[in-house]
Amino acid sequence: MTVLRKGSGRPRSERAGAPADPEEEAGRSPWRLAWHAVRGDRGACAALVVVALLVFMAAAAPLLSALGGWSPTEFDKTAVDPYLGGLPKGPLGGISAEHWLGVEPVTGRDLFARVVHGGQVSLFISFAATAIVVVVGTAAGIAAGYFGGRVDTVLSRLMDLTMSFPSLIFMIAMMAVAQDVNRVLLMTGVIGIFGWPGIARVVRGETLSVKHREYVDAARAGGFGAWRIVTREILPNVSGPVIAYTTLLIPGMISTEAALSFLGVGVQPPTSSWGQMISEAVSYYETDPMYFVIPSAFLFLAVLAFTVLADTLRETLDPRGDRA
Amino acid sequence: MILYLARRLVGVAGVMLAICLVTFTIFYLLPADPAAAACGKTCTPERLAEVRHSMGLDEPLWRQFTDYLTGIFAGRELGEGPHALQCGFPCFGYSYEYSLPVWDLLTDRLPVSASLAFGAALMWLVLGLGTGIAAALRKGTRTDRTLMVGAVAAASLPVYFTAVMLIHGVVRVAGVLPYPEYAALTDDPLDWAANLLLPWTALALLYAAMYARQSRSSMIEAMAQPYIRTARAKGMPERAVVVKHGLRSGMTPVLTIFGMDLGGLLAGAVITESIFGIPGVGRLFFDALQRSDQPVILGVTLLAAFFIVAANLVVDILYAVVDPRVRY
Amino acid sequence: MSTAPTTAAAAAGDRAADRAGEPPLLRVRDLRVAFPTAAGPVRAVDGIDFTVRAGRTLGIVGESGSGKSVTSLAVLGLLRGAEVSGSVELAGRELRGLPDRELAKLRGRRMAMIFQDPMSSLHPFYTVGEQIAEAYRVHFGAGRRAARRRAVEMLGEVGIPEPARRAADHPHRFSGGMRQRVMIAMALACEPDLLIADEPTTALDVTVQAQILELIARIQAERGLGVVMITHDLGVVARVAHEVLVMYAGRPAEQAPVDELFADPAHPYTRGLLDSLPRLDDDPGVPLHTIPGSPPSLLAPGPGCAFAPRCFRAAEASGDVRARCEGTRPDLVPLRAGRLASCHLPLADGPSGRPSRRPSDRPAGGLPDPQDPTPAPEGTR
Repeated sequence: MTVLRKGSGRPRSERAGAPADPEEEAGRSPWRLAWHAVRGDRGACAALVVVALLVFMAAAAPLLSALGGWSPTEFDKTAVDPYLGGLPKGPLGGISAEHWLGVEPVTGRDLFARVVHGGQVSLFISFAATAIVVVVGTAAGIAAGYFGGRVDTVLSRLMDLTMSFPSLIFMIAMMAVAQDVNRVLLMTGVIGIFGWPGIARVVRGETLSVKHREYVDAARAGGFGAWRIVTREILPNVSGPVIAYTTLLIPGMISTEAALSFLGVGVQPPTSSWGQMISEAVSYYETDPMYFVIPSAFLFLAVLAFTVLADTLRETLDPRGDRA
Repeated sequence: MILYLARRLVGVAGVMLAICLVTFTIFYLLPADPAAAACGKTCTPERLAEVRHSMGLDEPLWRQFTDYLTGIFAGRELGEGPHALQCGFPCFGYSYEYSLPVWDLLTDRLPVSASLAFGAALMWLVLGLGTGIAAALRKGTRTDRTLMVGAVAAASLPVYFTAVMLIHGVVRVAGVLPYPEYAALTDDPLDWAANLLLPWTALALLYAAMYARQSRSSMIEAMAQPYIRTARAKGMPERAVVVKHGLRSGMTPVLTIFGMDLGGLLAGAVITESIFGIPGVGRLFFDALQRSDQPVILGVTLLAAFFIVAANLVVDILYAVVDPRVRY
Repeated sequence: MSTAPTTAAAAAGDRAADRAGEPPLLRVRDLRVAFPTAAGPVRAVDGIDFTVRAGRTLGIVGESGSGKSVTSLAVLGLLRGAEVSGSVELAGRELRGLPDRELAKLRGRRMAMIFQDPMSSLHPFYTVGEQIAEAYRVHFGAGRRAARRRAVEMLGEVGIPEPARRAADHPHRFSGGMRQRVMIAMALACEPDLLIADEPTTALDVTVQAQILELIARIQAERGLGVVMITHDLGVVARVAHEVLVMYAGRPAEQAPVDELFADPAHPYTRGLLDSLPRLDDDPGVPLHTIPGSPPSLLAPGPGCAFAPRCFRAAEASGDVRARCEGTRPDLVPLRAGRLASCHLPLADGPSGRPSRRPSDRPAGGLPDPQDPTPAPEGTR
């Protein structure tokens, strides 16, 4: 049973005269395949390293900023020049042994600490929103595909409806109107609400194609319940596209979080996030370019690295690669 | 065909109604009080209650909603007595901030957003599809890799970063263009284009990168189809194979995305308009947010939803034109 | 790799050419195709020689992956990203090395091809009339109207009812057999001399298969076409081919006139293929005969005969002889009259062991082919 499932989940690519790569033939889990694909691609390797560093940085933010010697909200008036409108003292936005990435104008808050903590917020929100999207989307997709009938009709309508929402406008409106709530959690929820139909459609399609394979029929004939069939037979077989789609979602989530914070409806100061830092730095881009460039560079690197990684994974795990 | 259209239009109406209801409910439930905003800073509790009543905010949700819907189709009277405002069809409410009906504000700002959206769309189609197709036809070569690295990098740049860099480079340093200040197309087309060139570029760069990636992959898929081999086998010149047989099917998936993107942008590119100070729908929306001008927020949301739904419908119809297998 | 097969086949081809006094329609010599992969080149075709003359049909038989389709694509110059070497001559003109622009002028005009799956081989967005007409316009510089007339005429010729009306339909409105007729009409619209048919009937119902084969045969007779019929179905070969080339793992196994091949196979692989055909007089309880093992990897071919690991002759042979099978690659050499085989241990002349069979009765069984899992028809058991 196990062998059959693994084998038939990924039909061997067969081209005239060119037999499938021997390594492809063995049934492999999506994760092993992904690992193999990343290993074989220099760009993907670099992206993986960047992603790992960023995740580590976000996870160890308090530790790192303690190492830098500054908390993200601590003012350092000595680092800014009151006679120059509060611009940082020293070249390159005040980069020094004291402040590794310089300081904010006016307040003198340590940029390294703020970027590291901002990364924590940005990545937390994007990962959490992605998790919501993936869980909801996969559940809805499997339910629609597996049960069909009325369940499918209702869920598909709901997907159409959600996709018709002007999501960015709606997110901005909700974030702006809501007050006195935990903004990080609210933003996670708001971003998460609109993402699920895409993945749900992909999963629904995959489920439909897997639903009547022999091994599923066999499990059904064997008297197993819907729950067991879905978790043991369907879920493992849709996991490839789901993983591919998930990694593809993350850069979009990071961008969305940054955009909302940039517009001033995301996280509020003194909490920092990359988008929010860029927003505050826009007016200083000429007088203190480093202040503008540093958070932009982190945001750019994060989106780029996740995108490159996602591309590699998609090519391996979801070769048809249709954008939903 | 007519039956299909009728069915789709009913569907569109249903979706719009649902969006209306959801939006309305969310704003109703959220704690912001538009009456407080309309009443101003020196507001007494009595005055506030009066304003709430005149705005209909003391009515139950369903009542407010049906009033709103009625207003859209038939117009309605806002408030009571001597202060009553006549809000004609289609009434999307009245902005207290601007002292104008929301509909007038929207129609006023729409040409601006449309200028931005269509101009940018033209740019990104040319740039994005050109890059994507060129890369697809040179799949695996150094050119392909260079183009795609460029595309993925450009797609990772946030539009506000690009915008600031463009303003800095083109306006401040090079001084080639004036600082963008919107001029209507009907007044002076040249001025219009010159002022919109930077916003177009900022917006188009992001979309062009995404379209390059998308069109490359769908073009590669199209060129791998057996019918491409057939076309070559019957002796079609490579140019005809690519243009006639490859592009037609390779660009079909792009059509869907283009419809959605253009529809999404018509109701305002909020970020781009804010940065460049373009007085479009997105800017209207953003300003309304700062002032809790709820009728405007609701109006823009509905307008945006309408464009997306309409774009979807248009794309579906175009699809049937392009692909004869699609049946109504 | 030795050059002996080249000379042997070339010699046979030259003799034929001498008789006819002019070069054969198609002469392929020492054709090799390798696909570069990360793990090294995959040698899909590894030294193939054959000749096709006007009015004759060469059947190329083999399992999936034996290189038969790749061979045909290489002849037309339609392989991209592959390393092709050897010689392909069309009516004495060398095609290898011609720029694609020149080749395109010959494709469709002098040599045409039809493919296995007529659904995906036709463009779904264009009408069949347009798809036939466009090639005619390219090759003859004809106007729209003339090309359209030609398309309708061709549709009628391949037996599509109401051709004038049907020309305006899109491929999805045709049945599988009708689509293959459209493909044939498209291939023949510019009056080519050579038709390569790559599994033209595999995707079709058995009854439709017969109609399509008859259609090709009729047009061949009318126009004196040279035909290369690529198939894994020995029944098809038996019906239409004059000569047969059996391929195994990208190499030629045996080449012979069709009757002789079926009466008296020389190569153990051919023998195995014929034995695995179901027959009416088989004992119903006995399972079908199969060749044990599976085709070898083309990535790193061994030094010896590709078929040796599966060969009953090699298995029975003594140590020395077996070492030769496994260690030295056999050349395609003349064995008996009109017969070429690449085997160190060819089967002796005359019937031996199980009597050979010729699958002339419809419906015929096929080779094991993963792309075509159709089991042998019930009636043959």
